Amino acid sequence: MPLIRIELPLHLRRLANISGHETTLDVPTPVTLAQTLDTLEALYPQLRGTIRDHVTLERRAFLRFFANMEDITHQPTCAPLPATILEGKEPLIILGAIAGG
Amino acid sequence: MSSIRLLVGTKKGAFILTSDGVRKSWNISQPHFPGWELYHLKASPIDPNRLYASQSSGWFGQVIQRSDDGGLTWNPVDNKFTYDGVPGTHQWYDGTPHPWEFKRVWHLEPSLTDPDTVFAGAEDAALFKSTDGGASWHELSGLRTNRTGPGWQPGAGGLCLHTIILDPTNENRIVVAISAAGAFRSDDAGLSWKPINKGLWSKYIPDPTAEVGHCVHHIAMNPRTPNTLFMQKHWDVMRSDDAGDQWTKISGNLPTDFGFAIDVHSHQPETVYVVPIKSDSEHFPLDGKLQVFRSKIGGNEWEPLTKGLPQKDCYVNVLRDAMAVDTLDDCGIYFGTTGGQVYCSPDGGDSWNAITHDLPAVLSIEAQTLA
Repeated sequence: MPLIRIELPLHLRRLANISGHETTLDVPTPVTLAQTLDTLEALYPQLRGTIRDHVTLERRAFLRFFANMEDITHQPTCAPLPATILEGKEPLIILGAIAGG
Repeated sequence: MSSIRLLVGTKKGAFILTSDGVRKSWNISQPHFPGWELYHLKASPIDPNRLYASQSSGWFGQVIQRSDDGGLTWNPVDNKFTYDGVPGTHQWYDGTPHPWEFKRVWHLEPSLTDPDTVFAGAEDAALFKSTDGGASWHELSGLRTNRTGPGWQPGAGGLCLHTIILDPTNENRIVVAISAAGAFRSDDAGLSWKPINKGLWSKYIPDPTAEVGHCVHHIAMNPRTPNTLFMQKHWDVMRSDDAGDQWTKISGNLPTDFGFAIDVHSHQPETVYVVPIKSDSEHFPLDGKLQVFRSKIGGNEWEPLTKGLPQKDCYVNVLRDAMAVDTLDDCGIYFGTTGGQVYCSPDGGDSWNAITHDLPAVLSIEAQTLA
């Protein structure tokens, strides 16, 4: 299984007791955003509901997903992640949008 | 010697303030859950080390935390709050139907008899219950689905269930309050509910005496007299002596009867405290003077308590869950402000000391009296 690097916002790293900026996950193929989030939530159940809705699995409004520094937020969650993510060269970034002051 | 533990929820984390029974010297913890909004924390009344905390964020949603060691360590528990069945709609601000959507937990009320049982008051207004220490939640949907539910409208702060009162003499009786629907009571442990808003008069709604639609800000009860309830409504301070069946206005000589917080002395059930706020347009004290008002006769006749409180240039607010009392012989009264101050009166309100001036905006305070 590909070893996927994931970068999470500070608050979610603290909630999941993740030290450092990243965690790594063995994600079953095909490696999609949905599959990666399923794996993340299985390993860190305290993150359920904080990235996407418990029931609908829709992304929380103020979070976005980046791969290769490109915003993939609105791509289908069943689409394969880029090769650089699968190869571990780049992290999948879950980013808290900046809103408010 | 007894000691006091204050559980303080703020806009940017939770703080635990501790003191001995003298209540002069306080220790302030490092922030718990820094950066998150902590709408409310509360301890089990029968296991003082069992704490529950509602942690939320506009980015990351709702988290519920539990501590089994008095707040030294915490563990997230279940945060899945799902409305029963097909949720349907309530009224939106403009009167159109709007689907029920869970946003956050405003208030946690641990059971009086079982540390693993806790109630959660949610926005959009609903009451949830856990009987496994927060490991799972289920809705007591008889409240939201009672015949008035589809007509509930949110207040400025949202359609929030912010007050939960458990009757220590009747385990089947629960009173809740919702902005801006009103007060409701169950006499069958949450299965069925009825509005208890008779006597309320709200000039800003089409029918000022309507069965629902009143913006109840908070309700307080002394456990010794569970049928007597004191209410801070949007405007008006009210009391009921029949568990909410009928309400009577007791604003009396208050300089303004708008406000959020209200509480009752631990040993004197007719001694009531409010913090008058100028108006619903100007959420700060009258004339820049922070004053707690006390009635020793259950309302109508109120005295200002000012010793130790700022009497000029003070423009903070005191929110609905940000006042608490301890149970020491000389009852301690506490409140927190949106300016980050936490005040303590160790003598029933006669004098006040600032425990701290420098927390984030205070959302809630609960006081634990520890043996």
